[in-house]
Amino acid sequence: MSKDKLSVDPLNIVVCGVGGQGNILIARLAGRSLAKRGYIVTIGETYGASQRGGDVMSNIRLSVRHRYGPLIPPGGAHIVLGLEPLETLRILVDFGNPQVATITNTRPILPVTVGMGVTQYPDYDELRRAIAQLSRQVWFLDATEVALGLGSVRLTNMVMLGALVGSSLLPITKAQLEEEIKERFPKDTLKPILEAFRKGLSHTRATGCA
Amino acid sequence: MVALTANAAGKTELLIGNEAIARGALEAGVRVAASYPGTPSSEILENLAAVAEEAGLYAEWSVNEKVAVEVGAAASFAGLRAIVSFKHEGLNVALDTLCHLNLTGTKGGLVVVVCDDPGGWSSPSENDSRAIVQWLNVPLFEPSTPQEAKDMTRWAFELSEQTGTYCVMRSITRVSHTTGTVVLGEIASRDTPAHFDTSKLFVFVPIIKKHGNLLTKVEQVKEIFEKSQFNYYEGPEHPELVMISSGSGRLYSAEAVECLRLEKRVGIVHLGTTWPVPAKFVEKQLSQTSRVLVVEEVDPFVERNLKVVAADSGWLDRDHVIYGKASGHIKPVGELSPEIVINALARLTGIKHEPRSKEYDERAKQAAKDLVIDRELMWCPGCPHRATFWTIKNAFRLDGRDGFVSGDIGCYALDRRGAGGYLATKIALAMGSGAGVASGLGKLDQFGFSQPVIAVCGDSTFYHAAIPALINAKYNRSDVIMMILDNSATAMTGFQPHPGVGVNAMGKAAPVVDIEGLCRGLDIPVEVMDPFDITENTKRLVELMSDRSGARVVIMRHPCVLLRPPGEKTPFKVSVDISKCRGDECGCAKYCVRAFKCPGLVWDRTRGRAQIDEAVCVGCGVCTCTCPASAIMKEPSE
Repeated sequence: MSKDKLSVDPLNIVVCGVGGQGNILIARLAGRSLAKRGYIVTIGETYGASQRGGDVMSNIRLSVRHRYGPLIPPGGAHIVLGLEPLETLRILVDFGNPQVATITNTRPILPVTVGMGVTQYPDYDELRRAIAQLSRQVWFLDATEVALGLGSVRLTNMVMLGALVGSSLLPITKAQLEEEIKERFPKDTLKPILEAFRKGLSHTRATGCA
Repeated sequence: MVALTANAAGKTELLIGNEAIARGALEAGVRVAASYPGTPSSEILENLAAVAEEAGLYAEWSVNEKVAVEVGAAASFAGLRAIVSFKHEGLNVALDTLCHLNLTGTKGGLVVVVCDDPGGWSSPSENDSRAIVQWLNVPLFEPSTPQEAKDMTRWAFELSEQTGTYCVMRSITRVSHTTGTVVLGEIASRDTPAHFDTSKLFVFVPIIKKHGNLLTKVEQVKEIFEKSQFNYYEGPEHPELVMISSGSGRLYSAEAVECLRLEKRVGIVHLGTTWPVPAKFVEKQLSQTSRVLVVEEVDPFVERNLKVVAADSGWLDRDHVIYGKASGHIKPVGELSPEIVINALARLTGIKHEPRSKEYDERAKQAAKDLVIDRELMWCPGCPHRATFWTIKNAFRLDGRDGFVSGDIGCYALDRRGAGGYLATKIALAMGSGAGVASGLGKLDQFGFSQPVIAVCGDSTFYHAAIPALINAKYNRSDVIMMILDNSATAMTGFQPHPGVGVNAMGKAAPVVDIEGLCRGLDIPVEVMDPFDITENTKRLVELMSDRSGARVVIMRHPCVLLRPPGEKTPFKVSVDISKCRGDECGCAKYCVRAFKCPGLVWDRTRGRAQIDEAVCVGCGVCTCTCPASAIMKEPSE
C-alpha cells in the first residue's frame, strides 16, 4: 500500500450518465483500486428504478483522514466524469464550483420526451459552452464513437474510465487500474476492454484539457 | 477481490452495505437465509445464495416476506442461526408472524434485516420501520456504514441467542447501497446439527406470561445496550450543542461540523442501538449540554424517545431544548442529505454558509434554466407491458364506459408515469392489492357501479399476495378480470427467480408452479394471450368486459425484453415508409410518438416525419398498429 496525501481531502468525484451506461462499474473499479492503495473510500449511488432510462450517478469520496458519507454536498465536486453531455451539465449545475475538473462524453442519449416531440434536446454547442463555463478544466471526447469502433457501445464506460486515469486527477496509475480490470473480467473478454481503457487514457493524456 | 467466504480476518475489502451484511452473517455462522426481493434489500440474499454451496448454508427466495420469517424461525427453533431480509414494505407483510414470534421467543440466533428506502427511490412509500420494531419490542440496530452493518449483523446473532429473541437491523438505501471499505472478521465454524427439542414449546400462550417475559428480555437488552460499542460520543469536553444521530445521520453530522468548522463547539453522539433506548447512556450525553439536534432518517423516532428520557430525567426545560423534525430544523419528509444537516446546524449556531460563490451559482442556475431537461423513467423499448397497456387503453376506449385499471407493484406501475405511461391505472396500493380492490369493485353493481375494471399483477406478485384475493373474488361471485402480466421474471428488482421460472435462489432446478393450472384448479376460466397480438387481444378484452360472469383470468405471457440474450436477432425489422408518413402535415398530430411513447420510435424534427431509432428499437413491431396511414412497416428479421 502506498497512499499519497490528497491535494484536497476528501476528494469528491461524481460519475454520471443514463441508466445502463455502466457508471457503477467505473466507480467500483476506480474505488477498489484506490482502496487497495489504502485510501478510505466511500461510494454512494442510486439504483433500482434508474435502470429504466433515468439519470444515474455515483459519488466517490476519497480520504486519507477519515470516512465520509455517501453523498457529496451541493457544490462539492472536484471531478465530474460524465458519460452523457446533458447529464454532465445536470451534475455541474448541482455539484459544480469554480475548481471543478470535468471529463465528458460528447454523445447525447435522447430523453424519451425528445423522441415524443414534447421537448427538445439542448443545442450541442450551447451545451458544450455551458459545461466549459462551469468547469476549471474540461476534456471532451466522443467515447461512444471510440467504443463503437472497438465493436460495442457497451465499452463506452471503459473508454471514460481510461480518460479519468489519463487525466491524472486521481492518484492511481494505468498499471494499477489495468490490474483491477484484469481481476474483474474473464480473460477471454479482456482484449477489447483494455483497448477501450487505453484509448480513453491516451486521449486525456495526449490532448490536455480544452 | 477476496471472495465473500474467504477466512481473511483483518483484510480490508470494498463492499456494498448489503454484501457487508451477508459477510456479517457468514462470520456469525449463519445456516439459513430467506428473503423476498425488494430494493434496496435484494443483494443480501443474492450474495448468500451465491456462496450457499461453498459455505454450507441454505438460501431461498420465499414466496413472500411472511413465509420468509417463518422459514427463518424454523431454523432458529431447530437451533440454527438464520437471517431474514426484505424491504420496509415487506415488514408489513411479515408483521403477523413477527408480532407472535416476539412472544414465543427463539433459540438459534435470528436476525431480521429490514431495508428502509427514505425518499422512496425504488418504493411506493418511504415508511419508517422503527416505530413498528418498537411496538414489537425487540432489539433494534441502525448501522451507519457498511463496516458497522457487518459488525452489527454479527453481533445481533450473539444477542439474539443470549436473550432468546430475534433482533431487527434497520438498514437504509444509503447504507445498503453504499460501498465502503470494510475490515473483515473471522468466519465462525458452526456445525451444530438441526434438532427440535420437543421438551421446549414455541407457542404464544399463556399470553400474559409471555408478554411479561418479553418485557423482562427488553430490560435485559437495555442493560447490554448501555455498554454497547455502537453507542458513543465524539467531540469537545463541553459542547454547546450535541448532535444525536442514527444511521446515515452520523456521517452527515460529522460532515456538517467539519464544513462549518465547529469541532471545538459541537459534539456528536452516535446511537447504533435505538430500541430499547439505553436511557443511562443518553442521560449522560444530555447532561453535558443544553442544546441537542437530532439527525435521523424519515420519522422523529430517536427524537421522540429522547424526549421521553429527557423528561423522565428532568433535563428537559425551557433552557434545555431538543431540536429536529418537530422544531422544523430538519424537514419531516424525504431523505436526509449533507445539505439539510449543514443548513440545520448553521441555523442553530448562527453561521452563514455558502457552498460556492454567488456568481458561479447564478451561472449554474441560468444553465439549468436554459438547457437542462428532465429524463423520465419509462418502459424499455419492446417491453410487453407497453403492448398490454396499449391494448387495455384501446379496449376501454372501444367499450366506452370509463373503464380503469386496478394496479399493483412492479414495472407495470410505470403506466402511472406521465411521460411514458398511458395513465390507465387509477388505483395502486400494495402487492396483490390490485386484485383485492377489483374484487370489491366487482360487488358494487347493486349500487349502480357499471365501469369495467381490469386488475393487473405480475407473475411474482401473483404468487406473493394476489392468490387469496383471486379466491376471494371466486368465492364471493365478484365480477373480476384479473390480468397476470407474466414476463417470466421479477424484473423490477433485478431478475430474481420465483416459483414460476423453474430455478431456485441457489441456481438449482426447481418445480414450476403453473399459474394457469392453479387458476383452473380454482375453477376459474383462464385465457393465455401474447401481449403482442394487439388486434385480437383488444377485441377479446372488449368481449370479456361486456360479459359479467364472475372471476376470470387473462395471462399476458411474453418474456421480459431484458431477458433476451445480447446479439440474438430481433423478431422484426421495423421501418417508417417515408412515402406514406405525412408527418407534420398529417392530421394525427404525431400520434405514433405522442401516444404510443416508445423510445425506439422518434420524431425527426428536420424532416418532420416519424423514424425508427435503430440503435434503440428491438423489433417488437407493436408500433405498426399506431399509424393511421399504415406508414410503419415490419418484416420478419432475416
